Amino acid sequence: MIQLILQKELDAVNGKMLLDINITIDQGSLVTFYGNSGAGKTSILRMIAGLLKVDKGCIRIHEKTWLDTEKGVCLKPQQRKIGFMFQEYALFPNMTVKENLLFALEKGQDPSIVNELIEIIELEQLQDSKPQKLSGGQKQRVALARAMVRKPEILMLDEPLSALHHHMRSKLQDYILKIHQKYAITTILISHDISEVIKMSDHVFVLDQGQIVKQGDPLTLLTHHSINNNVQFIGEIISIEKKENTQCIITLLTGANFIHIPIEEKKVQSFRIGDRVEVSSDVFNPVLKKIATTPNM
Amino acid sequence: MDWQPLLLTFKLALVTTILLLIVSIPLAYWLAYSKSKIKPIIETFVSMPLVLPPTVIGFYLLLVFSPSSMIGHWLHTTLGIQLIFSFKGLVIASIIYSLPFMVHPIQAGFANLSSTLIEASYVLGKSKMRTLFKILLPNIKPSLLTGIILAFAHTIGEFGVVLMIGGNIPGKTKVASIAIYDEVEALNYDSANMYSFILFIITFFILLLVYVINGSYLKRFWR
Repeated sequence: MIQLILQKELDAVNGKMLLDINITIDQGSLVTFYGNSGAGKTSILRMIAGLLKVDKGCIRIHEKTWLDTEKGVCLKPQQRKIGFMFQEYALFPNMTVKENLLFALEKGQDPSIVNELIEIIELEQLQDSKPQKLSGGQKQRVALARAMVRKPEILMLDEPLSALHHHMRSKLQDYILKIHQKYAITTILISHDISEVIKMSDHVFVLDQGQIVKQGDPLTLLTHHSINNNVQFIGEIISIEKKENTQCIITLLTGANFIHIPIEEKKVQSFRIGDRVEVSSDVFNPVLKKIATTPNM
Repeated sequence: MDWQPLLLTFKLALVTTILLLIVSIPLAYWLAYSKSKIKPIIETFVSMPLVLPPTVIGFYLLLVFSPSSMIGHWLHTTLGIQLIFSFKGLVIASIIYSLPFMVHPIQAGFANLSSTLIEASYVLGKSKMRTLFKILLPNIKPSLLTGIILAFAHTIGEFGVVLMIGGNIPGKTKVASIAIYDEVEALNYDSANMYSFILFIITFFILLLVYVINGSYLKRFWR
């Protein structure tokens, strides 16, 4: 069990913000911190790692106290057994992939874990390459493996996937899950992608302005609508075209996809280019409902 | 032609550069990462040889090193070291005089490294020392080389400081730049020209090396 009680005044974009959380995380679980940028997610990880000073609070990891401001206990980052995967990977440019992992070994640790991890992330071919020769996804895998070399008590991943394309992302999610399951390691993942949170985690903490506003099972917490037989998605109107008869075609951008939706001319009046709309359909009958007007019109 | 002044010049530059490197790495590390309030003052002291006339540095070192001063007296009576008109004195003066040329490139090298590299090493359980030698220094090799070369070249070009505290003792303190001045005074333009030409060529190639390295023409070599 991991107990985090953290208080810290942070310098946010619009002035000071008080980060104040009190949470527990089950041993061996994979949890996510979800929220907008600036909500304090990365600061929490940095405080657990000992890279950021905590004003008041305590950190207990599996019965060991890493921090207790009241008793004056504060372990250095070196003394906390953590795996930390930085957003910008932070691979050492002067070392090859394998050397990066070997560097992470503790004194007297059996080095066979290095080969084992290289095998898991499937980078045997590239193990003697320097990091600058690797693609973003490969660097990420090395950073993940390096964070695992010490067999840390807690693995923390700071938005590891945000810089990657969709395809690479889902592959990396699988690597993370594989490692999480194989080593049964308590893992904290930062994400601002709903589908990622739902796919990856057992428990989600929703952060806003330094506070935990919601927590629980990701599927029930983050899907606003109950699941039913309807198809639903949200998109932005990028064009409205008049056709013959009384038909119009509205083109929507949703994610990276364009979708044409036929609509009667008299209904089109209320829509403008730039509006955000929710499309729902009971298979054959698309219904368009406005959820936000374009701000400039 | 007497080669002794040239050899002495390079001996002085070599010894100075090696000692400077040892002194400058911790100093540059502190300047790059410290948040101390006295940092600007230390930075100013390190940079002052860039703008002060060498004779000013030489003059004050002369006062400090002279046996009539407290420090000079103590060095002389307890350690038996005399710094004035000696090679040791020249080395110490050269270290002070060339300090910014070694410290500045190394400090800039540290400052340009991403701080997450250091943090990544710390969270992997590595000490500050190990991080310095295994992560920081190997990743600022071009800066180290620039510092080494600039400090070496600058020491070769020393004149005012040497003249003030070293004087003109053949084999001990008569370096090439002093020898040139000496020869010109004695109207031996030919040997003055020989010394000058050799220094000219050597400094040209030393500085060329710096620009080749900084222009990343050698990047492949360093990676």
